[in-house]
Amino acid sequence: MPQVALTVNGKKVTVDVEGRTLLVELLREKLGLTGTHVGCDTSQCGACVVHLDGTSVKSCTMLALQAAGRSVITIEGLAKPDGTLHPMQEMFREHHALQCGFCTPGMVMSAIDLVQSHPEGLSEQQIRHGLEGNLCRCTGYHNIVKAIAAAWPLMHGKAMPAAAE
Amino acid sequence: MYDFTYQKPASVADAVKLLGADPEAKALAGGMTLIPVLKQRLNKPSALVDLAGAGLAGISVAGGTVRIGAMTTHATVANSADVKKAIPALAKLAGGIGDKEVRHRGTIGGSLANDDPTADYPAAVLALGATVETNKRTINADDFFQGMFTTALESGELITAISFPVPEKAAYMKFPNPASRYALVGVFVAKGPAGVRVTVTGAGQNGVFRHRAMEAALQKSFSQAAIADIATPADGLNSDIHAGAEYRAHLVGVMARRAVAAAG
Ligand SMILES: Cc1cc2nc3c(=O)[nH]c(=O)nc-3n(C[C@H](O)[C@H](O)[C@H](O)COP(=O)(O)OP(=O)(O)OC[C@H]3O[C@@H](n4cnc5c(N)ncnc54)[C@H](O)[C@@H]3O)c2cc1C
Ligand code: FES
Ligand code: FES
Repeated sequence: MPQVALTVNGKKVTVDVEGRTLLVELLREKLGLTGTHVGCDTSQCGACVVHLDGTSVKSCTMLALQAAGRSVITIEGLAKPDGTLHPMQEMFREHHALQCGFCTPGMVMSAIDLVQSHPEGLSEQQIRHGLEGNLCRCTGYHNIVKAIAAAWPLMHGKAMPAAAE
Repeated sequence: MYDFTYQKPASVADAVKLLGADPEAKALAGGMTLIPVLKQRLNKPSALVDLAGAGLAGISVAGGTVRIGAMTTHATVANSADVKKAIPALAKLAGGIGDKEVRHRGTIGGSLANDDPTADYPAAVLALGATVETNKRTINADDFFQGMFTTALESGELITAISFPVPEKAAYMKFPNPASRYALVGVFVAKGPAGVRVTVTGAGQNGVFRHRAMEAALQKSFSQAAIADIATPADGLNSDIHAGAEYRAHLVGVMARRAVAAAG
C-alpha cells in the first residue's frame, strides 16, 4: 500500500493510503479531523475546503497522494493552542454567521484565503464573488459577508481602505 | 472510485513513457474534472500519471506571444501581471472559471484536453488563433477542437503549452450558468494576427465554433452596430434544462455585442 507523508496543522504525519484515497478521507477517516465536512462530494459546495500550502482547495476533489510533501491546514488548525480563536472564527461568532454550522468550516477556510489574497481590501461584491464555491443552506449569506468584512482589518492590522468598501 | 496506481513522474518524457506503456493509464492535471468522473465510476484507469512534477507550469511573454504551460492553474493565469498586460481578456476569462477553489487547482491543459462544450478556454484559443504544443507536435487551434469532448490529441499525447499571439484587441463575455458557472453562452471576440474572430462556447452541439457571419461584418467595421442585425440560427445549438436553443441563439448576439463593446 502506498504511503503519503505530509504536514497537517503543523504536524508531520505519514499514513497508509490507496491511490484513490481522497484528501478529505485522509483527514476525516485516517486522522480523525472531522471538522472538515463532506456536503456534496461533487466539487460544488465547499464544505470540504482546506488550505494546501496556504491556498484554499476542495479536499473532496484531490487525492491524498497529491498532497505528498505539502502542508495542509484544516479548521482544527486555526485556533491557538490556548483556545484563542482565529479572527475569522471570532468574527463568524460575533456576527452570527452560522446557524446549523455545516458549511462553516469550509466557509471559514475559504474566507481566510480570500482576505489573505486581497491585501488591497475587499468590497462586499468581491466577498460575495469570493464565496462562489461555498454553499450555505441556512444563513442567506448576509452575516457571512459581514463577518468576513469585519475580519479583514483584524487580519491585516489596519482599517479596510475606503476605496474597497 | 475504483482503485488505481498513482504515479508522479519528474519529466514530460517520463510521463509519456508511463502513458505509452499502459493504454489504461490516464494523465492527471488539476483533477477538477477527472476526479469527479472517477467518483462516478464512468472511467476505470489502471494508473493516474500526475503531471504536477513534470515542470509544465509557468507563463512567459516574448515576441508578441504569451506562452502558458499546460499545468498553469486558472488562478495563476487570472492573477498574472504579464497576461493582464498582454491579453487582459484572457486573464479575465480565467478569473471567471468556476469558483476560486476550482481555479486554484484546474489547469489550462486539462481544460483543453477535456474540451467540455461549455468550457471557457476553447473560445479564447480558437478566437486568438493560438497554437497547442504537445510532446510531439504543434496543433493549430482550428485543427485542435473536433466536437464536444473530442480533440486532435492522440492517445497518450500530452499538451505541454499553449501559445497565444497577442491581439490588437479582444474581449470575452459569458452568461454563466448560475449554479456551475460554466458558460451557458460565452463569446470571445478578437482582432489580431489571425484577423477578426468571433467564437462561441457553451451553445454549440459540437462544442466551440466560429461565428463566420459576425466575423465578416466586424472585419468591415469593428462596431456593435455592424453585428446588431445578425441573427444566429438556433439550428445546431443545445437545448437542455438550463436553456433552449432559441434562447441560446439570442444570447450569442447579446454576448457578442457586449464583447465588441468591451474590446473597444
Ligand atoms: C464546480 C466546478 C465548476 C467549473 N466551472 C467551470 C467553468 O465555469 N468554466 C470552465 O471552463 N471550466 C469549469 N470547470 C472545469 C475546470 O476548468 C477544470 O479545471 C477543467 O475542466 C479540467 O482541468 P483539470 O486541470 O482539472 O484537468 P483534469 O480533471 O485533471 O483532467 C481532465 C482531462 O484532461 C486530461 N489531461 C489533463 N491534462 C492534460 C495534458 N496536459 N495533456 C493531455 N491530457 C491532459 C486528463 O487525462 C483528463 O482526461 C469547473 C469545474 C468544477 C468542478
Ligand atoms: S464536499 Fe467537497 S465541494 Fe462539496
Ligand atoms: S449554516 Fe447551515 S449550511 Fe451554512
